[in-house]
Amino acid sequence: MTKQLHLAAHFPGVNNTTVWSDPASGSQIEFSSFRKLAETAERGTFDFFFLAEGLRLREVKGKIHDLDVVGRPESLTVLSALAAVTTHLGLAATVNSTFNEPYELAKRLATLDHVSGGRAAWNVVTSWDAFTGENFRRGGYLDKADRYTRAQESLRIVRKLWDSWTGDELVLDQAAGTFAREGAGAFADDGPHFSIHGRFGLPPSPQGRPVIIQAGDSDEGREFAAASADVIFSRHGTFAAGQTFYKDVKSRLAKYGRSEDSLKIMPAVTVVVADTDAEAIEKAAYIREQQVSGPTALVLAELLWGRDLSAYDPDGPLPAEDPVVGSSVTQGRVGYNDPFPIVAEWRAQAEANGWSLRQTVINQQNRQTFVGSPTTVAEAVNRHVQENAADGFVLVPHLTPGGLDDFVDRVVPLLREYGVFRTEYSGTTLRDHLGLSR
Amino acid sequence: MIIGLEIDGAGADPAAWRGAEVDPRALLTGELAVRAAQRAEAAGIDFVTFADALEAPEDVPDRVSVRLDALGLAARVAPVTERIGLLPTITVTHTEPFHVQASVATLDHISGGRAGWVVEVSTSGEAAAVIGRREPASAAETWREARYVVDVSRRLWDSWEDDAIIRDASTGRYVDRERLHYVDFSSPTFSVKGPSIVPRPPQGHPVTAVFVRTPEALEAARDAELVLLPDSDEVAAQLQALRTSGIAAEGSRSVPVIVVSLPVEAEEVGALVEEIGRWAAAGIDGVHLRPASLELDVPVIADQVLPELRARGLTGPADRGGSLRGRLGLGRPRNTFSGSAR
Ligand SMILES: Cc1cc2nc3c(=O)[nH]c(=O)nc-3n(C[C@H](O)[C@H](O)[C@H](O)COP(=O)(O)O)c2cc1C
Repeated sequence: MTKQLHLAAHFPGVNNTTVWSDPASGSQIEFSSFRKLAETAERGTFDFFFLAEGLRLREVKGKIHDLDVVGRPESLTVLSALAAVTTHLGLAATVNSTFNEPYELAKRLATLDHVSGGRAAWNVVTSWDAFTGENFRRGGYLDKADRYTRAQESLRIVRKLWDSWTGDELVLDQAAGTFAREGAGAFADDGPHFSIHGRFGLPPSPQGRPVIIQAGDSDEGREFAAASADVIFSRHGTFAAGQTFYKDVKSRLAKYGRSEDSLKIMPAVTVVVADTDAEAIEKAAYIREQQVSGPTALVLAELLWGRDLSAYDPDGPLPAEDPVVGSSVTQGRVGYNDPFPIVAEWRAQAEANGWSLRQTVINQQNRQTFVGSPTTVAEAVNRHVQENAADGFVLVPHLTPGGLDDFVDRVVPLLREYGVFRTEYSGTTLRDHLGLSR
Repeated sequence: MIIGLEIDGAGADPAAWRGAEVDPRALLTGELAVRAAQRAEAAGIDFVTFADALEAPEDVPDRVSVRLDALGLAARVAPVTERIGLLPTITVTHTEPFHVQASVATLDHISGGRAGWVVEVSTSGEAAAVIGRREPASAAETWREARYVVDVSRRLWDSWEDDAIIRDASTGRYVDRERLHYVDFSSPTFSVKGPSIVPRPPQGHPVTAVFVRTPEALEAARDAELVLLPDSDEVAAQLQALRTSGIAAEGSRSVPVIVVSLPVEAEEVGALVEEIGRWAAAGIDGVHLRPASLELDVPVIADQVLPELRARGLTGPADRGGSLRGRLGLGRPRNTFSGSAR
């Protein structure tokens, strides 16, 4: 049977995907930008709208990074507002499990789920570091090794709170004067990270509980997803890497008693559409040039090398030094666990192709996953899904808020023609869209 | 007079949800609150507050024992209103100050400068138990800490100067990092590095309100910009204390806007209008109306009370817009960091 695919829209922001200098780039902060992109996604009958999170402004060599978009509004508040101006679109918030308490997370996410009629999702991220911790009471006390034990326990408790109303406690009998049965929502939990008890003040929403998304890529992260997530937001958008990741994660499900279709894998991808393939390739190359200026190339290389490379010319050769592991030259970004093989690969590619540092960064990163005419893109997207490199995609446009117009207007109709993507929403909740049980 | 309205479940009367005019499901979807806010806005009411507490409402079968998060509810209301101020109640005793300020700043961005917050503390064992991080503390301690939370929030709102986003394509810089500031704030119970992740909100500072339910809250109300006083014999003395304090936030008014919080039932239109007139004569800046039932009383407030107040010259035209600060007669605060690094 032909697999149906899933699509999500990522509001582009704090990374160098966004070409903020383009005259067509709008505000990254104003609500109208969020609203416009969400409306486009809903017109395209997308599954959900996705917001990332950062809890500290990124730094390079002790100074705030100023070359990409900096700053953003807080996700759950924006999504609660979007619930008012959309009707079907899922609303996914990235929220850190290290610097939040389970009860507060459960309450805020359940509120979003109620006011949206069952469209909320939580992308559980575990950034734990001392750098981010300096903005919080807890400080940066959490060891890297503990990030997923706390995440796992947070998620278990949040679910316990969502499930603390088990069924028919909400009576709403006005004549008899029974709003809810006594004792509804009672909970208690005593684990290594949390010892809490009380009553949860929200009954289940129309989708039962919000959808869980996971985005970590380590072995622990994948295990966490296999055990507990409904969707994985991965970075493996290319066909071969996608297939490898897909197989790896889906094979982990059986030991948790889960079926393969209970976890949807949705890589982050970028798309460039134009009338012809040739035009799209040209446009993609232009966009990459905009995304990776000389100074940006140096910062991205510093992230990989873990060294101050400001003495280097981005249009010259790659740095000769070895990378440094665990450096704090750049802060607030996900670094490389083992930079050595990546540096070796960059060197090999630069050598083989005669690339400068900047050209190497451009070619090694920010590669547009899908580039071509509407037909080329639609066929490639569909092939990835049919051949199990993904179950769908999270599209990261390079422009706000108009960056998905081409895809929605020109590619989505083709996917619908192929019979692999909905022509209209068949259900009202995000779980309905994703084909997940309640 | 400034006129505010409280949104608390189906209304202040615990039996309000049982009225034939109420669809109790609309409590959970937020529709009840949306409708009340829209009616209030159309009538020219200046602001709505959204009641909340960290712990769940009391577990009593004939009462509304559920509650949406006030901030989420205010955000849900923001895009479907245009002029009315939105002040969710936020308990600051257990929640991270950094998250609190970011959320309130975001509400200000999405509402186009109509946000405030009612700062609340929690001394209850229940709230401590659901979070599980700290033991309950006394009112004095929690309010002392709340004042630090208000302080750090204002600093974090200022941690981005208004013009920090420069989008300078010629130098490739999105922000001018000289206009972003570490707050390096430290208090006896928490510290925050900064800057905020959210650019400075449209109002500069969203409006900080305190509902004075205890003597300790009265202390904290001295650095609020909007004070809600319960209708009691002590109002005159409290008013005096607040008027002479003069320690309001820098760049705002030297004294806070003071409103008296009044219970309202639809039958009492004449008496209510008289009472509001008396408060005006007593030097109070406004009233905060707490309807017994949102569905019954808000339409009466909108259709009868406000027009009568307007007819007596006690309140302004219904369709005036602008920021919440503007409606309350508060100036836009100067940024404390402005120019400091340059
Ligand atoms: C595609 C993708 C998107 C991510 N987005 C965020 C984000 O918005 N905020 C965040 O704090 N972490 C984000 N992360 C980081 C991870 O969720 C995770 O916390 C981090 O990678 C550490 O976990 P790991 O060691 O398992 O990878 C993202 C990761 C991936 C792969």
